[in-house]
Amino acid sequence: MSELKVPTMAEMMASGQQPDVLFWVGCAGSFDDRAKKITRAFVKILNKAGINFAVLGTEESCTGDPAKRAGNEFLFQMQAMGNIQVLNAYEIKKIVTTCPHCFNTLKNEYPELGGDYQVKHHSQFLQELINEGKLTVEGGTFKGKKITFHDPCYLGRANDVYEAPRELVEKLDAELVEMKRCKSKGLCCGAGGAQMFKEAEKGDKEVNIERTEEAMETKPDIIATGCPFCMTMMTDGVKIKEKETEVKVYDLAEMIAEANDL
Amino acid sequence: MNISIIAFAVLILVSLGLFAKNVKTIIRNINLGKDLDRGDNKGGRFKLMAKVAMGQSKMQARPVVGILHFIVYAGFVIINIEVLEIVLDGLLGTHRLFSPLGSLYTFLISTFEVLALLVLVSCVIFLIRRNIIRLKRFLSPEMTGWPKTDANLILITEVLLMTAFLLMNVVDAQLQSIGAEHYTQVGPFAISGMFEGMFSGLSESSLVAFERGLWWFHIIGIFAFLNYLPYSKHFHILLAFPNVFYSKLTPKGQLTNMEAVKKEVELMFDPNADPYAAPPEPVGEPERFGAKDVQDLTWKQLMDAYTCTECGRCTDVCPANITGKELSPRKILMDTRDRLEEVGKGIDKNGKDHDDGKSLLGDYIKEEELLACTSCNACTEACPVNNDPLSVIVDLRRYLIMEESKAPAEWTGMLTNIENNGAPWQFAQADRLKWKDEE
Repeated sequence: MSELKVPTMAEMMASGQQPDVLFWVGCAGSFDDRAKKITRAFVKILNKAGINFAVLGTEESCTGDPAKRAGNEFLFQMQAMGNIQVLNAYEIKKIVTTCPHCFNTLKNEYPELGGDYQVKHHSQFLQELINEGKLTVEGGTFKGKKITFHDPCYLGRANDVYEAPRELVEKLDAELVEMKRCKSKGLCCGAGGAQMFKEAEKGDKEVNIERTEEAMETKPDIIATGCPFCMTMMTDGVKIKEKETEVKVYDLAEMIAEANDL
Repeated sequence: MNISIIAFAVLILVSLGLFAKNVKTIIRNINLGKDLDRGDNKGGRFKLMAKVAMGQSKMQARPVVGILHFIVYAGFVIINIEVLEIVLDGLLGTHRLFSPLGSLYTFLISTFEVLALLVLVSCVIFLIRRNIIRLKRFLSPEMTGWPKTDANLILITEVLLMTAFLLMNVVDAQLQSIGAEHYTQVGPFAISGMFEGMFSGLSESSLVAFERGLWWFHIIGIFAFLNYLPYSKHFHILLAFPNVFYSKLTPKGQLTNMEAVKKEVELMFDPNADPYAAPPEPVGEPERFGAKDVQDLTWKQLMDAYTCTECGRCTDVCPANITGKELSPRKILMDTRDRLEEVGKGIDKNGKDHDDGKSLLGDYIKEEELLACTSCNACTEACPVNNDPLSVIVDLRRYLIMEESKAPAEWTGMLTNIENNGAPWQFAQADRLKWKDEE
């Protein structure tokens, strides 16, 4: 196991350095076992590309997204103001995050509260690294694989990012297959709006099953996504359908890292 | 002055007056909503209105019905030029006032006839879709009763009006061919010309009676339809334009930051604030957090409700609805409109401060519906008139949580975790970097 280089802002500050970009890990990326793999994969890429980045580490706190979507605006703004104080104290200008919910909140809802940053989703960031020549990707294990991309609502419809993730899939020399409902018409995985943190309301089906079935119709080898919550929902869906040996669910960062033997 | 001119003038005055009165009531009701500034970026807003309202760009997401709808819309707008002639004829006692235009007149009326036929066919297809093919989204629970009748009434009225217009020209042509007095020779038109001789057996007097009957039926029908609009979902033909103009222009994922909350949170974060200072005297009524009733929503959310034409594209793409949950974004806006109408009638009857003890939340919309939303924005993306049912859902959720402390137990736990340890799960903030050393 190669050692990950993960400097914190506090360490950077102590040695008088300033990173080019802050990696906002998010709660899922910090604590959820599956999402932590995405976090590590993304850091491996950052290390390999020699990016001067840092994390907040223990100074990071929930952006407040689930509180806001559940309706608790007080708690959201408390979280936001606290985070903004930390970010502004460190004079952060650029942020990259692997979570579309953090991405949306930091990018769209923090500016009015005094936190103005250039925020990118990791799919956009990775695409830029490739375009700038800082990262090369060859298909490797993904060459010729059938990959379908599930659009996270907070990346796609919420912020109109549809192309960056798809270009990454194509960089892997894989065959990108689209689901019936994709891009602006993409179907939610069922986790948004704080649904992740409660049982679904009464109905006749779980949303993630509906979405997984739709993904299965494309006969994919891999379901790709760019959100830790979509990851949970789609992975669960594939398991319930008993397809986990044939169909894998990966985050974009994991595929780029693996293609680079990281 | 002859009696029919007087009758016609009275008809116009009464129907325009009544229409203006009902529109004023709707504007009054919309203004019961809270302030919201949507006056920025006028240029961008005009462009959006040209594209989405006039160009119906979002209707074209479903091309077949999109084109049919465009035909009805364009037909409706263009055929109204003919209504101008009909109104002037009625007021001046003339017949085919614009006929001196000669071949241009023939061309214009022929165009209107072709459009009228296309509108007629489209409306018949729409009726078939609703009543024979029975598309799923027209059968939802909120679509029984008046909404269903309303939709059919609109379509049937349009079919009748178009039929009357075409038939009138067929009879008129017959009257021209027998050289009846007053019936200007204008020659055959594109569609009515095909039915030449259909009424050749009728006497001149019955033909005149028939033609006049159709003429009056058509124009009374138009004014009746105008006055039907304020009672109907069909009001969207007017409100679609301002409603799209005042659309939310920020990214779909961005929710508003509540100003009232901001003031309090800023105070808590202000190191210079005196924690023991007496709170400033509240000015006016304390503001309610979130929305319980229609007056707690903004005027734009209320305009959304009046603009909704119940097409159900939102509900059709809603993940909660697709999977059998109670939520239907269409119902959220229909409920908002119905409740607003109820509040408006209460004000008309009992004055402005009247309280009927009912509210949008509870009496119309249940918690279960609100809790099913994933905030995925599929509904706002699908709406052809840029309505935002999600914003209403969020405002109602805000009231539930912040005013009533009502949340599912799991949410209460999640919120407590965020408050205590900065994550929705029960993990210590000190462990936030542990992922670095795991593999």
